[in-house]
Amino acid sequence: MKHNDNLAASIDDTIQYVTVIIGGQLFGLPISQVHDVFVPESLTRVPLAAPEVAGVLNLRGRIVTAIDMRKRLHLPNRDKNAQVMAVGIEHKGESYGLVIDQVGEVLRLSGDSMEANPSNLDKRWAEISGGVHRLDGKLMIILDVARLFGAMVSEPLAAA
Amino acid sequence: MDDLLSEFLTETNESLDVVDVELVKFEQEPNNAKILDNVFRLVHTIKGTCGFLGLPRLEALAHAGETLMGKFRDGAKVTPDAVSLILSSIDRIKEILADLEAAGGAEPEGSDDDLISELERMSLSADTTGGKAAAPTAEDEAMARGELVEQVLERPLRPGEVSLDDLERAFREAECEVELPVSDPISEIDAAELAADAEIEAETAPPLAVKARPRGGETAAREPAEKGEKKASVSSQSIRVAVETLEHLMTMVSELVLTRNQLLEISRRHEDSEFKVPLQRLSNVTAELQEGVMKTRMQPIGNAWQKLPRIVRDLSQELDKPIELEMVGAETELDRQVLELIKDPLTHMIRNSADHGLEMPSDRKAAGKSEKGTITLSAYHEGGHIIIEVKDDGRGIDVDRVKAKVLERGLASEAELDKMTDQQIHKYIFHAGFSTAQNITSVSGRGVGMDVVRNNVELIGGSIDLRSTPGRGSSFIIKIPLTLAIVSALIVEAGGDRFAIPQLSVVELVRVQSNSEHRIERIKDTPVLRLRNKLLPLVHMSHLLGFDGPDGETEIEADTGFIVVMQVGSQTFGVVVDGVFHTEEIVVKPMSTMLRNLTMFSGNTILGDGAVIMIIDPNGVASAMASHASSVVAEGERKEAEEAMASAIDGQSSVSMLLFRAGSPEPKAVPLSLVTRLEEFDVSKIEHSNGRDLVQYRGALMPLVYIDPSQAHRGEGTQPMLVFSDAGRSMGLVVDEIVDIVEDRMNIEVGSDRAGVLGSAVIKDKATEIIDLGYYLPQAFEDWFMRKEMDIAALTKKVLLVDDSAFFRNMLTPVLKAAGYDVTACTGANQAFELLENGDRFQAIVSDIEMPEINGFEFCEALRRDPRFRKMPILALSAVVSPASIERGRQAGFDDYVAKFDRPGLIASLKDLFAGEMGIAA
Repeated sequence: MKHNDNLAASIDDTIQYVTVIIGGQLFGLPISQVHDVFVPESLTRVPLAAPEVAGVLNLRGRIVTAIDMRKRLHLPNRDKNAQVMAVGIEHKGESYGLVIDQVGEVLRLSGDSMEANPSNLDKRWAEISGGVHRLDGKLMIILDVARLFGAMVSEPLAAA
Repeated sequence: MDDLLSEFLTETNESLDVVDVELVKFEQEPNNAKILDNVFRLVHTIKGTCGFLGLPRLEALAHAGETLMGKFRDGAKVTPDAVSLILSSIDRIKEILADLEAAGGAEPEGSDDDLISELERMSLSADTTGGKAAAPTAEDEAMARGELVEQVLERPLRPGEVSLDDLERAFREAECEVELPVSDPISEIDAAELAADAEIEAETAPPLAVKARPRGGETAAREPAEKGEKKASVSSQSIRVAVETLEHLMTMVSELVLTRNQLLEISRRHEDSEFKVPLQRLSNVTAELQEGVMKTRMQPIGNAWQKLPRIVRDLSQELDKPIELEMVGAETELDRQVLELIKDPLTHMIRNSADHGLEMPSDRKAAGKSEKGTITLSAYHEGGHIIIEVKDDGRGIDVDRVKAKVLERGLASEAELDKMTDQQIHKYIFHAGFSTAQNITSVSGRGVGMDVVRNNVELIGGSIDLRSTPGRGSSFIIKIPLTLAIVSALIVEAGGDRFAIPQLSVVELVRVQSNSEHRIERIKDTPVLRLRNKLLPLVHMSHLLGFDGPDGETEIEADTGFIVVMQVGSQTFGVVVDGVFHTEEIVVKPMSTMLRNLTMFSGNTILGDGAVIMIIDPNGVASAMASHASSVVAEGERKEAEEAMASAIDGQSSVSMLLFRAGSPEPKAVPLSLVTRLEEFDVSKIEHSNGRDLVQYRGALMPLVYIDPSQAHRGEGTQPMLVFSDAGRSMGLVVDEIVDIVEDRMNIEVGSDRAGVLGSAVIKDKATEIIDLGYYLPQAFEDWFMRKEMDIAALTKKVLLVDDSAFFRNMLTPVLKAAGYDVTACTGANQAFELLENGDRFQAIVSDIEMPEINGFEFCEALRRDPRFRKMPILALSAVVSPASIERGRQAGFDDYVAKFDRPGLIASLKDLFAGEMGIAA
């Protein structure tokens, strides 16, 4: 995946990002990593699991583990009735759904506007961020899926 | 790796397994030429193929082995040594093959000269001239042709190598015997010729082999087929399919089953749907398909047993015990995935039985058994699972030795062990690092055996149980599911969510209602169920899953719901759920990596209605029960002892107190841990005899004691009482009313001079009298404390008791005094130091661990640093008894470590200490 992104970037120097909003902040996921976008329905709770595990759900016959990105980013919980969306991604052959507030447009961004994480970024955010894009009037944080899972999968194991 | 090589590896591995089995058979019946032929041919094929594929190391080794076997065919005597040697060569070949596979086709470096020279030496010594001459005459023609090619060999014979002539003849003999049933004489010669070609080429000229080999291979492949007539039809109709293909097929069928379930669910909602009939058909077909695909994954369990005769034979030699291995039900089929996983545990258990289970021949003789020990391995189907039993007729499990080991490792106290049944004690052998073998042999005794076995079995959703009769042998019973992929599960509800419990572990369902025959009762705050005269420990599912908050306990008191009675190994317990739906065939899907750390679940699945459901892991529940300190099978006493421990651990310094009223309106309290049972007797049952009140209780007379001597039992109705039991004696303390159970710190604030009362403490905002049981117990049996431990020598022993808790000081001082010790109590390490510095002399110190300022470990370490106290017996007393804390205590210098509530243990330990001390002095 990663390799492909770089390849694409080198050809026309742009990457397409699916933008999502989590707690008011704009994030971007490289489009190549996004399998689908869906509304998470009939979530089954997983007792005793890590707090960010929102539950498991059936997405067209596959079992998807839903991760509440608000919890993951240590943001306050959203209102009970608020609309949620989920971005389906795959990590090491397993299906995950990142539960987010809203999905935005797809942006084609060139490497010029990208910067490394500011050094004062919250450590818990910096951990899963692959950099920042300067857009008109706002900033978009790149969600690095590999790092997101790297941190999560090792965490519960360490705690166990 | 090319196809040819991988095929070679598969084929050779299979042949080697057969060789193993055959050789062991051969050793027992050295005159059975058929077996020898079989072995010889297999080794020969391996050798030939190796030469062809350019694997000189393998070839040389196989060659040397074959030479020796050739000698046997020629009539040389078969010795166990020789067979061992061949077996070890086969092992080496297997090793090389494994490396070969790992390295992707490159033969590993190394030399087998040790084995080869040994093999050569043995074949030389076995050389007999007579045997060789017997070449079948019918083969002259073939032989002549063979000799022609023989000249291709352009180098001198290696030492021990037989001339090609010999080899060929030997080989031809093998071929001929096999080919005999074939009537056409030409094909017979052809076969021999082909094989000879292959042989020569293997030895000398690789380039030629390309053509010859496949043909040679064919003959080799045909051999077994033609030999066993029965098998012939099967093998000609069977094809090799990659495991991967089957796995994929299985996955697809699993999906199909899920989809079918979904469709059925939909059709259930639409009664008169026209889909009904075709759907029913689809359902049937799916079921058949599922069964069919499952069948393809099924293999006879004998495949996992193949290596065992060889292992037993080796063990038999190594241990110098004649052992017979009986195998029953080898044809029982189970899923190959399960089969793979069960292989190692089985091997382990066979080793264990041979090493620990069976006695030496002399001992067996003395015990009136035949010298030859028997290990029986059997397998059969039972319901949806398969039972595998490993049984030996050896000495059985030595309960005393297990007990000693349990004590040594601090897994349980002596008092706890005393209350356990043999069955429960046996179970300790499944603990990690537990081995009762006195000597560590290369076979077993390293303590890494049975816990690994148990883990592996549990991993595949099975359970293991053990039965043992001293002197008669023991048997291990493994129960495993037939397949891991599809299981039948019970769908239940707890805390608003649904969960699936595998049927395999569900024994029965019990419906409970507060007014029905089955109702939930409670011992302290642990719920139990009376089921057919046994107490079943219960746990609420939502409690296990952490749904309920701190007041979740109240939920269970609603006392209506269902109890799923589950059995894991020999552990039986009930799980309380809010509702039970139905059973459903579910396809276990692994959880994502993020959730794998949850031991409570074994996977998840999609139900017919499309929702995802978590699958409960019965083993996870069982171990959670254990850590809830109430796991142990319904045995009241033991449970209570454990609960006392657990509550002491949970609450640290807070204590569970039972509040009651008796004689006067003020509340009274006793530590709950001391109470064995709460009972109510119908007053008509209370009898008066010999000037006191008694009731018949559990087949014995139990004296009743009143807090206030002037008090009398009620005139009618039932009379509540607290029952205290110790070492088989019980006493009933008559009370007016049981008020409550509270968990509280207990500080006796006002001491008491009144007999029978330790003092007053504030419990639940009320002044409460703490009852001194030490006063009442002797009223029931005058010798309650005295009878066991009273010891004249002890009277002179001065014991220093260090404990910051007034409660324990007050509880233990009378106990120690009653046992005859002269007790001085002090409130902490500093006071103890003071006393000791002042020259007060003590023969022993009993110290609490959890104390403010200086804890017990530090206290003991400080004492041990002082030469005066280096030899002083010091005993640790703690609410927390875990192997780690015991170890810590040992390091600190404590002589022994006793649980706080274990009064008999304390007395026994002190006695031991003094006994040891006197022994040294004498």
